[in-house]
Amino acid sequence: MAYPTDPNIKFQTYSHPEALVSTDWLVANLDKPGLAIIECDEDILLFETGHIPGAVKLDWHTELNDPVTRDFLNGQALADLLSAKGISRSDTLVIYGDKSNWWATYAFWILKLFGHEDVRILDGGRAKWIEEGKLTTTEATLRPATSYPVVVRDDLELRAFREDIYQHFGKPLIDVRSPEEYTGERTHMPNYPDEGALRGGHIPSAASVPWSKSVNEDQTFRIIEELKQIYIVQAGLGEASDVIAYCRIGERSSHTWFVLKYLLGIERVRNYDGSWTEWGSAVQVPIAKGTEPGAVPVWF
Amino acid sequence: MVLALSTNAQEIIDAFAEVPRNSRLELLLEYANALPDLPDCYADHPELLERVEECQSPVFLFVEISNGNAQIFLTAPLEAPTTRAFARLLQLALNNQPIAEVIKFSDDFIGELQLTELVSPLRIRGMHGMLARIKRQVAEKTK
Repeated sequence: MAYPTDPNIKFQTYSHPEALVSTDWLVANLDKPGLAIIECDEDILLFETGHIPGAVKLDWHTELNDPVTRDFLNGQALADLLSAKGISRSDTLVIYGDKSNWWATYAFWILKLFGHEDVRILDGGRAKWIEEGKLTTTEATLRPATSYPVVVRDDLELRAFREDIYQHFGKPLIDVRSPEEYTGERTHMPNYPDEGALRGGHIPSAASVPWSKSVNEDQTFRIIEELKQIYIVQAGLGEASDVIAYCRIGERSSHTWFVLKYLLGIERVRNYDGSWTEWGSAVQVPIAKGTEPGAVPVWF
Repeated sequence: MVLALSTNAQEIIDAFAEVPRNSRLELLLEYANALPDLPDCYADHPELLERVEECQSPVFLFVEISNGNAQIFLTAPLEAPTTRAFARLLQLALNNQPIAEVIKFSDDFIGELQLTELVSPLRIRGMHGMLARIKRQVAEKTK
C-alpha cells in the first residue's frame, strides 16, 4: 500500500491497522495528494453546517442506493458518482460521519463491494473531530473530475442475501440491533418507527451483540482486548471464520461488519443488508423470540 | 391536496418550488440556522416541554394559545440540522395562525415541499410526529 498509514499504537493491535486513521493523523494529512476525505452522515444537512476542510459529501440515501430496486448502485453509477466527486481508483479514501460512523462504515462496506483498495475510517468520526475543536469549513470542496473506472460490484464475499442465511445456518450470526428488537418486543429501532417489519424477533441461532458495544463513549473503537472479550468470548464466536451480521437495514451491521473483519480479522464476514426489514416480513422464514438465540432450524 | 394553507405555509412551498432541486438543501439549511433558541421561560423549565418521540434526536415542543392563535416553541440539537429545519418550517407555517387553521393544516406539508426524494423516510416520519403533537396540544388546550 503506497500511502502512509497511521502509526497510532491502538491501531497496531488490530488485524488491519491500515483501515483506521486518527483525527491527529488526518490533521497532518489534509490536502495531501492521493487522499480523498469523504463525509457520510445520516443527517443530510450536517455536512453543509461545516465539514473537515477538503472533504466531499456522500449521501447514503440518494447516492448509494439504486433509485428503483432495493439494491445498491451499479458499477456505472458508482463510476459516474466518484468521477464527479473527483475521486480516483488509486486514491486513499478516509471516511467519517455522524452517529458513531454508522454511515461511514456503510459507505466503506459498499466501496469494498466494488473493490476500492485503500479505504479507511476516521476513528471517532465527526463527533470526535468536532469535540476536539478541529478545523471545519462550510466552503464547498472542488476536486477536479476524474475518470473512475466501471467496476462490477462483487456481492459474493462481503454481502449476504436471504438465501445465504439458509446455507449459513449452523455458523455464527450476529444480531446488532437493540435488545428490544432482538427479543421481538419492537419491530423497529427505538425512534425509527417507519423502518419496521411485520414480525418481531430475530433469526434463530443469532447472538445478540448491539453494535454500540464496540465503541467507547467518544465513539472511537474499543481496544482489541475488549473487542475480543465481547465478540470472541461473550458472543461465542471463538475460532469462527465465517460470520454474518445483520440489523434492520444494514447500516448498524456494517459497523459491526467492520469491527469483525478489520479489527478482529475474522476471515469471512458478510453483512446481510436485507436484515430485519426483509427477514421479519418474509413469508415462512423461521423466527425466534425472546432473549435466547434459539436452535438452528432443522428444515434448512 | 386542497387543504387550506396559511399564507406563510404557501410562501414556504413557493420558495421550495422556485429553487432548483440541487439548491433545496441550501434552502433547508437556511431554515435550520434560523431556528430561534427557546425563550428563557421554557429553556429553564424543560418539564413543560413535550418530547417528540418520533424524532431520533432529542426534539421538544410546546404550544401556547393566545387570543385564539397558536405559538409554537420547538428545540432540536445543532447536530441534527435537518430536524431543526423541519422545526423551523412548522414554526413559520403555524405561528400566529388561528386554532382552526392549525388543526386542519395539511399533513402532507413535507410532500408539498418536494423534499421526499432528498430526505429519508425516517426524517419525514419525525416531521409528521412534530406536526401531530402540535395539533394534539392545540386541540387539548382549546377544549
